[in-house]
Formats: sequence, C-alpha cells, structure tokens
Amino acid sequence: MKLELRNVTKRFPGVIANDSVDLKVESGEILGLLGENGAGKTTLMNILYGLYSADEGEIIINGAEMSFTGPGDAIDAGIGMVHQHFMLVPVFTVAENVVLGIEPTVGPVGTIDLGEARREVEEISNKYGLDINPDATVEDLAVGIQQRIEIIKVLFRDAEIIVFDEPTAVLTPQEVEEFFKIVNGLKEAGKGIIFITHKLGEVLAISNRIAVLRRGKIVGEVDPKTASKEQLAELMVGRPVDLMVDKGAAEPGDVVLSVTDLVVRDERQHTAVDHVSFEVRAGEIVGIAGVQGNGQTELVEALTGLEPPLAGHVELNGIDVTLATPRALHRSSVAHVPEDRQRSGLVLEFDVAENIVLDSYYAEPYSHGIRMDWDYAHEHADELIDQYDIRTPSSRVKASNLSGGNQQKLIVAREFARDTKLIIASQPTRGIDVGSIEYIHNRIVEERDEGAAVLIVSSELDEILALADRILVMYRGQIVAEVSGEDATASQLGLYMAGSVA
Amino acid sequence: MTEETTTKETPPPSKRPRWLEVIAPRQVDWVTLLVIPILAVLSALIVGAAVIVFTDGFGAVLPAYSALLRGAFGGWQSISETLLASAPLILAGLAVALGFQAGLFNIGAEGQMTIGGLTAVMVGFSFDGLPLLVHLPLAVIAGLLGGALWGFIPGLLRAKTGAHEVITTIMLNFIAFRTLDYVLKLPFIQKEGRFDPVSKDVLDSATYPSILQWLPIENPGRLRLHLGFFVALAVAWFVYWLLYRSTIGFEFRAVGANPSAAKYGGMGVASTIIFVMAVSGALAGMAGANETLGVVGRGVPGFTAQIGFDAIALALLGRSHPGGVVLASILFGALRAGGRTMQAQSDVGIDLIVVVQALIIVFVAAPELVRAIFRVRGGKKQGQVTRGWSA
Amino acid sequence: MVGVTAVVGSIDTVRAPAEVRRARILGLVYISLALLVYFVFSVGTDGDVTFRFGESPGDLDWTVSSSLLATVVAVIFGFLGGIQLTRGFGSKTNIILGLAMGVFAFAFLGWAGAGKSIGIVGILVTTVAAATPIAFGALSGVMCERVAVINIGIEGMLLTGAFTGAVVGTVASPFLGVIGATLAGGVMALGLAVLAIRYRVDQIIAGVVINIFALGITSFVSSQVLVENRAALNSPGVLGPIRIPLLADIPVVGRILFQQNIFVYVLYTMVVVLSYLLFRTRWGLRSRSVGEHPKAADTLGINVFRTRYRNVFYGGLIAGFGGAYFTLGSVGAFNENMTAGRGFIGLAAMIFGRWHPVGALAAALVFGFADSLQIRLSILDVGIPSEFLLMAPYLVTIIVVAGVVGAARPPAADGQPYVKE
Repeated sequence: MKLELRNVTKRFPGVIANDSVDLKVESGEILGLLGENGAGKTTLMNILYGLYSADEGEIIINGAEMSFTGPGDAIDAGIGMVHQHFMLVPVFTVAENVVLGIEPTVGPVGTIDLGEARREVEEISNKYGLDINPDATVEDLAVGIQQRIEIIKVLFRDAEIIVFDEPTAVLTPQEVEEFFKIVNGLKEAGKGIIFITHKLGEVLAISNRIAVLRRGKIVGEVDPKTASKEQLAELMVGRPVDLMVDKGAAEPGDVVLSVTDLVVRDERQHTAVDHVSFEVRAGEIVGIAGVQGNGQTELVEALTGLEPPLAGHVELNGIDVTLATPRALHRSSVAHVPEDRQRSGLVLEFDVAENIVLDSYYAEPYSHGIRMDWDYAHEHADELIDQYDIRTPSSRVKASNLSGGNQQKLIVAREFARDTKLIIASQPTRGIDVGSIEYIHNRIVEERDEGAAVLIVSSELDEILALADRILVMYRGQIVAEVSGEDATASQLGLYMAGSVA
Repeated sequence: MTEETTTKETPPPSKRPRWLEVIAPRQVDWVTLLVIPILAVLSALIVGAAVIVFTDGFGAVLPAYSALLRGAFGGWQSISETLLASAPLILAGLAVALGFQAGLFNIGAEGQMTIGGLTAVMVGFSFDGLPLLVHLPLAVIAGLLGGALWGFIPGLLRAKTGAHEVITTIMLNFIAFRTLDYVLKLPFIQKEGRFDPVSKDVLDSATYPSILQWLPIENPGRLRLHLGFFVALAVAWFVYWLLYRSTIGFEFRAVGANPSAAKYGGMGVASTIIFVMAVSGALAGMAGANETLGVVGRGVPGFTAQIGFDAIALALLGRSHPGGVVLASILFGALRAGGRTMQAQSDVGIDLIVVVQALIIVFVAAPELVRAIFRVRGGKKQGQVTRGWSA
Repeated sequence: MVGVTAVVGSIDTVRAPAEVRRARILGLVYISLALLVYFVFSVGTDGDVTFRFGESPGDLDWTVSSSLLATVVAVIFGFLGGIQLTRGFGSKTNIILGLAMGVFAFAFLGWAGAGKSIGIVGILVTTVAAATPIAFGALSGVMCERVAVINIGIEGMLLTGAFTGAVVGTVASPFLGVIGATLAGGVMALGLAVLAIRYRVDQIIAGVVINIFALGITSFVSSQVLVENRAALNSPGVLGPIRIPLLADIPVVGRILFQQNIFVYVLYTMVVVLSYLLFRTRWGLRSRSVGEHPKAADTLGINVFRTRYRNVFYGGLIAGFGGAYFTLGSVGAFNENMTAGRGFIGLAAMIFGRWHPVGALAAALVFGFADSLQIRLSILDVGIPSEFLLMAPYLVTIIVVAGVVGAARPPAADGQPYVKE
C-alpha cells in the first residue's frame, strides 16, 4: 500500500499549522516524522485520520485521491492511528474497547457477541506477541499495556498504515525497546508505519527515513544511517541548538528541604509514595527521574500542601511543614511550578495580571487588607512580561490566548520573581516550544546560582540529565537510585527507571 | 492537549476607556453584554405577541402591549411601581449572580427569601417602642441571617459531601414553603383572631418608609416606592466592589473559574463554597425582608411571588455582573408592574409576563441563537459553569 | 529574610480523604437514627401495632409491641452504624441505605400506629403509584446522562407531558393523550439538546431554562384557556388500574405490583428493556462510550453529536410519558405546577440508583414510599403537623443526595459539552 500526502495545507485563525506538506509512506517501511512541540505534526495526522479536513492538498492512497469526512472513512481506507493520549474508555474491558464502533452482533436488537470479540482479540494478541487479557478492565491496566490495546484496535480494523503519535512518552527505556520490537514486527508483516516524535535518539533508532517538520513545513528528509542528533535538532529548530544547558558546578549549602519516610496515597487509595526520604540543599538542583505514574505526582502534591501525606515528615529549613497548606508554604518562600499548567497553574479566564497574583494576592503590596490593588498588580505584571519574555501585547490579555510556552513562562515568572528558598518544578517544559524550553532551563540554573534549592520532577530524561546536579530515580513509589549528575547516563538511569537494581 | 499549533498570535485588545476598565475589569465586548440581551428582550416580546394572537386574537395585541407600557413607565405611579418591584429582584438576582461567579447554582433564592422574610417579620412585629433607626436595621439583619442560614446548609452539604446544590436548594425551597405555612399558624406568630396562616403585622418602626411623599402631584401617599429600592442599589454596588475590588471576590471568581488552580493558589475551596452560598442566601434573605417589611407588611404564604425564580433569569440576563443585574431587574420590574396594568386594562392575563420572561431566558441563555436569528457578528462565546455532579 | 511560618503537627491525625469522610457521616447518621428510634419510638410507647398485610382485617396480620419493634430497629441501626463507621459497605452502601430507610419507616409506623392497625398493602400500593412518575424521571435522566448530558429539565418535561396529556386526552382520547404527552416531552428535550449540544449552553442552565419555559407556558395557557373551558379541554379522565390475572392473585405482592394502571406496567417493561439495551447491545455500548470518553468514540467513527441528540430525545419521550401519569394516571385534570418537584426527585433517584435503570427504579420506590407515607400519616392523625409530613420526600432527597453522591461514579464526561477541534 502506498500513501501520499501532497501539498497539504491547514490554516487556523492567525496561524498556518501545515504549509504545503508532502509526505510518502509505503508498506514495509517506517517513516519518522520529527518536529518540536507546536510544529504541526498532530494536526497533519489528524488530517490524515479524518478528524480535520485540509484546506488545500490531497491524500492519495495507491494512486487514488481520497476524501475523508471522518475517522470512519480513514479507517475504511486502511489507516490506523495510535494516539498520544489513549482513546480508551476506562470502565470498559479490553474487548469492548477494541470492538467499539464495529461490534460483532447477534440477533435483531444488536446484541453484542462478546465471545466473538474475545476470540478475535486473542487471535491478534497472539499473532503479534501482545499478550493481553480481553476481559481485563482498562483502568486497572498499566499504561504500557494500555498502549498495546490501541495497537490491537488498529490491527482489528485491518490497518495497513499505522500512525504512532508520540508513543514513547509514557514508557521506560526498556519498555521502549519492547515497543520497538513490536513495531518492527508490524513492519515485517508488511505494514507501513509513521512514527511521530520529538525525541531525536528514538527516531534515529527506529526509522527507515526521517522527515523533519518545522513551523508547519517539511524542511528536510534525512537518512537515519548518516544523520546525527545535532543535525536533526538544527533542522527541527532552524538554528544550531545547544543540547546541553550552560551550567557551572553546583555549590550546595545547607539542607533546605528534608523529606523523611514519606507515605502518600493516590486517588484510588493505593500507596503511591512508599517511604521516600531525601534532601535538597540550597544551591543545588535535584532531579527526580522516572516514568510518569510512579508516584511523582503524588510526591509533589504532598510536598506542596495540595494533599496530606499519610505518614512521614517534611521539614523546611528545620521547621516541620508536613501538613502545611499551600498558603503557608507560599509564605515560607516555596515556589511551585505545577505539572498541569492549565489545570492547576492558571485560571485561563483570568487575564495575565490576575494570574500573576494568583497565589500572592492575599498580602501587601498586592492588596491592602481585603482591598485589591489592581493598579499595582498590572504594573508588576508588565514588569514581569518584560523581564521574562512573555509574548503578549499587554497584561490585560486573557491567559487562554497565550501559547503554551508563554503560559509556562508566566507561571515561572510568577514563581521565580519572588524571594525563593525552595523551588519545586514538575514537568516544567512539557509541551512547549524549544525556545521557551531553553529560556526556562536557563532561569532555573540562575535561581540555583542565587542560592535556591531546586527540586525538578521530569519524565524527560534529557531534561534531567541537562539540569540536575544530583539525580534520584523513582520507581513504584520508591527512590531506587541516587546518581550524581555528572556520572549519570541515559541507559543506566533507564535501567533504574524500569526497576532493575544495579 | 499538549501540542498546539505554532505560537498563537494574540489579537491586540481594542482601546478601552478607563471607566470601562473600572466597571468590568476584564475583556468586555459590547455585543455580548448589551446587544444580545436587548435583542433577546425584543425577540421575546415578539414571540409574546404571537402567543397573544394565538389565545386572544390579533386585536388584543396593541391594547395589551400599550397597557403594559403605560403600567411600567406612564407616569409617577407606574414608575413607582416599577422601581418598587425591581428592588427585591435586584437583591435576589445578586444572590444568584454571586453564586454563578463562584461556579455555584443557587436555585434556592425563593426558599432563602422565604426564610429571610419570615425572620425579618418576626423581629419586625416584636420589640415595640424601638426607634426606626434601630428597629428597621435589626429586622433587615434578621432577614439577612435567616437567608444566610438557608444558603449555608446547601453550601455545607456541597463542600463536605459533594451534594450538588441544584438539587439541595430546590428541595430546601419546598421545605421552606412548608415551614412558612407551619410557622404562620403558631400562636405567637399568627395574627390575633385569624385562623389562616398570616402573621402579626410588622410595626411601623420596622417598616421601610415610603420615599416619594414629597412629589408635587396629587395624593403622593399612594406611591408605594420605599427605601428598600435604594438599599438594594447600595447592596448592588457593594457586591460589585466585593467581586472585582476585594481579595474575597477574587477568591470567589477563582474558585468559580478553576477550583484546582484556586487550591494551588492557597485558597480554601470548601470554605469559599460555604461562604458564597451563605452570602448568596443572605442577599436573598434581604430580598425577602424587602417584601415583608416594605410591601406586604406581614408574613403570608407566597409573598415571594416567584421572585426567586426570576432571579435566575436576571443573573443570566445580567451576565452575573451586578450592574447588569440591576438593569435586568428594572426591566423585569417594569414587566411586573406593567403586567398588572395589562391584566386590569386588557384581555390578556398577567401570566403572559411569565411567558415573556421565560422566552427572554431562552434567548439569553443561547446567545448564539439570537446571533443566528439576527445575524450578529462578534462577541465571545458563552462560558461553561457546570462541572458535573460531584465537586 | 523571610520568616518561616510554622505549621505544627506531625502525622497523628491523618485527614481522611473525602470518601472516608462521607462514610463516617453516614455512619453517624445511622447511630443518631438508632438513638432517635430508641428514645422517641420505643421509650414510653405503650400498646401494640397491627400491620395488616392482607386484603381484609384478620387475613394476614402481624401484631407486635410498638416499643419492642422500635428497640429492635434501634439495635439494627446501631449495628449498621458500627459497620459503616469502621469497614463501610462499599458498593452496597446505597442498597443498605435504601433498606435502612424502609426499616426506619416500619419503626415509625409502629410508633405512629400504637394501639391501632395499619394497612400495609394500601401503603405499598400507593408507594408504587407515587414512585412511578419519579421513576420515569429517573429513567429519563439515565438515558440522558449515559451520554453525558445532564438533564435538569426533566421537571419541565414531566409538566409539559402532563399538560399535553390532559388537553389531547380531553380533545381526542386518553390513548392519544398519552402519545401526545410523550411527543411533547420529546420536543422539550430537543430544545434542551439544541441548547446544550449545538449552542453549548451550560447544561444545567439549559435545563433550568427548559423548566422555567415549561412552567411559564403551561401556567399561562392553563389560566387563560383551560380554567374557563374545563369540560372541553381539561377533563381527560383517568386510566384505571388493570388487573393482571394470575399474577395479581399472589398473596400480598400481587395486589401491590400487578393491579396498577398501564403506566406502571410500562415502567416495568421499560426498566428491563433499557437495562438490556444499555448493557448488552451495540447501541448501548456506543451510547455509553459517548458518555464516558466522547473523544475516543469520535476517533472510532461514532457520531457523538448525533448520539447525544438521539438519546436526549428518547429521554424526553420517557419523561413526557411519565408526565402523562400525573393527569391521565392520577388526578384526571391539569393543575398549574402539579409536578411539584418530582422531576428533581427523579434526578436524585438516578444518582441514588447509580445511573442504572434497575437502581433508578429501586431508588424511586424509596422516594415513593416517603411520598405515600406522608399521605397515610395525615389520615392517621399522628400528632405531627401536616406541613412537616409534606416535607418528607424533600428531606429524604437531601439525605440521599448528601449521603450518596460521589460514592457512585457518573459517566466520566457528564456535563461537559463535546468540542470538536
């Protein structure tokens, strides 16, 4: 099967998401589609999958021009998509999720033939080595397993071209290897694969060809056998990129944050943080590495006062803050850059100034007693917009109008512009453009050099390796390794992240 | 969603006068704030006319609508009635609007009014011999507290158990009505010599004084407009200040817009919910006091006269903004006053007003609908308040 | 130099998460009820109460000392409270709560009827009847919420159904009245659907709007037109009870369940049919997927909007039919605002029943019981003012909603409009 995207263009208000994109994929090959966040990769794939319609250009399959009015048409044409965020109904079983939309039925009222569904799922599972129980309920399954359900879904629909959108975001390096085995197996079986990612190492490892997307245009096609990471990065961003952060040696001072034997439960009452102990000193960056879902979220929530821990102690400069509220911690010069900026970090309906004072409005000089001082707030916001390079015409613009990178810079501005003793930053550069990533990384190092204790939690190994002076690896709620920033390597950390103790 | 298309270009904000910044410190656009509601009212009146045609024939429309206008604005008596009717609407509308700002649906204004009006009456007919300056505020405060209690209960339930206030406030409405029926027959409440549910009369020292006595027209005494109207305006200004100029209001709005972010910012979400519901109830209670201490002069079943339900429409029409609520309340007050005249002087009953109001709500609740009908462009999309059943 | 604000206290008292707190509250409620039952119903109550389970006095009677009955119930409640406070009942919490309410009612009746005899059959017959409109409201809610559309407008749909049923039932025939009522409910629901789905109005506001609109129109037309033309427009009569042979002869249960009017029988059928369709068929799987994860359904080619429109329409049909019960099944004529909150109670029943048709029916029965008790007790002259008895269904609703919601999970996308990018 031969798939071609010719001259595909898609515009949104104020922005050209895809600009005359040409792409080709054939059966039995893996095309890597590389681009940074915001380059237009997902938009392009949504067009291919029928979720969007292109403003210009054609989709051509085996020489015939196709027009998709919805995912149904794309599926019929043999295109299967494994989304970055899983499209699985958590309360349904594996089999139900797989057959949803093309259920085998029996009888006049459309009774679902669950036996048949089970059978077919098992067949595919065995054929491609996916090892799945059709009757398991999805929300009980680990994330790595859930991804396999998505794969079964596309195979069940006889997909010939399979698109993987950022599939390895939630996998350990070892799981990534297993995943690559499966993908290669699919390739051998004659499927054409499009592998979308922003991870340079992976795209070089798995692809037969690489296309690089930047600001909506294809800026180059590269042969992975000869290309280097630096080359790819430069194509992705448009200028030479320094992949390492410019960082001097750390000079750690006194212990600022001391965590002892912390136990935290998650929403479903399972133990998410299991007797964790560590310290962070002034003037050092401690990075907690680990695949999402190993308790990092709950750890940060406990440290920032959002959820009370079940047991253990947390001390800030010697004072017990185990049960401190977010307000109390804020007063104690603790800064928190939250994991989900749109959910916890910002009120999208508020303007920039209101968001800047979101956690400091209660005190002078932003308010006098219960009277808000909006004039001051706007002045202050204008200053920060300038200092932190937040791209917005004014402080009266609603936060929802800012791009992800600028939203994150707003949060960073809000948190770092204060007197900070401890900074806790969770996934600080998730989903934002490379320019903003560079900026925020540099600011973090600046804060460290000014004497703050910095704790970074990130599932991006590259980020941890670039920033951290000391690295802790979290696996299944426990700290399983501590490595110095200088000595650490990705493969070593990967082993720890997957649970094997060296 | 983690990826968005390349850096969004923000549209430059239009040059806005400073007084506008003060009134509505957020990006306000004229279309949504003013044009749509006006068009909605117009559409409702047109459909109302159609309903009249359907039930009473073509000939009935003109006399009905002219009676409506006369009764609302045609002369001092009418204006007095209009403003009189709008006073409790302002207060109740503020109650619901405040709730909306914090993401809460206070459908219980009717019940909170009932309890507030009752407590106000009880203080109002007791304590003989107090001066007006003491007794009246005391009675009003009693009304405030009564309403606050009736708002506090669903607020507490919502904060602690997640029970959605839509259901609990509606249930409390029914309970309030029955409570009123019961209390009005208690010996120390019931008017002497009566067997129906009616309370003792409110003493003069606790009655809102009429304020239009000085007008140079014949028999100004029959103008019923009382101080309550200005009290309501003052309260509206206070609510505006609270919402947009105080730290407390900032918390209300943050919790309403994004409770997770509010929590992150150190705000107590549960306590805010309880506080908002209590204040909202207090406002509705004041509306009840306004009626029993100013208009009716005693406690009787049904004194709330659907004001609490109209309040929902008012909050929607006024976009949950105190200024908008005041304007909308005056409009609805005009409809009520005019409707009474319409009923007396034409063949069309006052229930038409209910239909017109219902239509106004429909059109206001779906601005896109009005926009589609009238081909209006611009303006922002309607926001979403609901977050499902659990908190 | 910024001082550090200290918050003293290490982990001795751990703040329990919301669910445990809710369970504790319920446990305390049980214990309080136990004390209430003992000290009010048992202590100082003389006399025996006779519960009549049969048709005529003496057939199937059960006489018991009121005081003893109350003491036993108090002990049961204490026991339940103990379990609730410690282990909790997990997924069975709702069922236990429902049964507990029934047991409480027994003790209450025992106390109220000390020295007298109480016909249980009559009460239960009224229970089923009173539960019927609530159940239809609840089923309507289930249909809508399973596709993640919150339907606050059930009250308005019931009212519109009642109105249409009365008018069409008088002008044409009761049968056509029922059809008309059903369709009227569907039309109202389409209004809700358009507001909520197409114009993405907040769903709760849209529902409130529908209610206000329904109340306005029906009251207006009723007062302008129906009041003067009662005979011609507002006297459809009542569809009487139909006796199902054989089944109605079962002792006790037969008369309660199988000697009701057509609305009740349709209710039974509907519960079974809806359960099957929702959980065993393709239609049901797709509908539920739209309610749980509309984006996933969309990517698999399921039309989210059309599914929502369709199901909300069906929900309206159900509510319209249920509304006809008020006029054609009970009163025989339309009165302004005659639904009196039953639609909202139906919503509470839906939540209590965990968004499952069978659960909704069971919950509706609990509320119907409260309703019918209130009618009986005012006849019995118990010494409780009638106004408080009238409050009973509403109080029960509050207790249920406070004690139960959040423990069950609504469809995951409930209340959120679907935005296609």
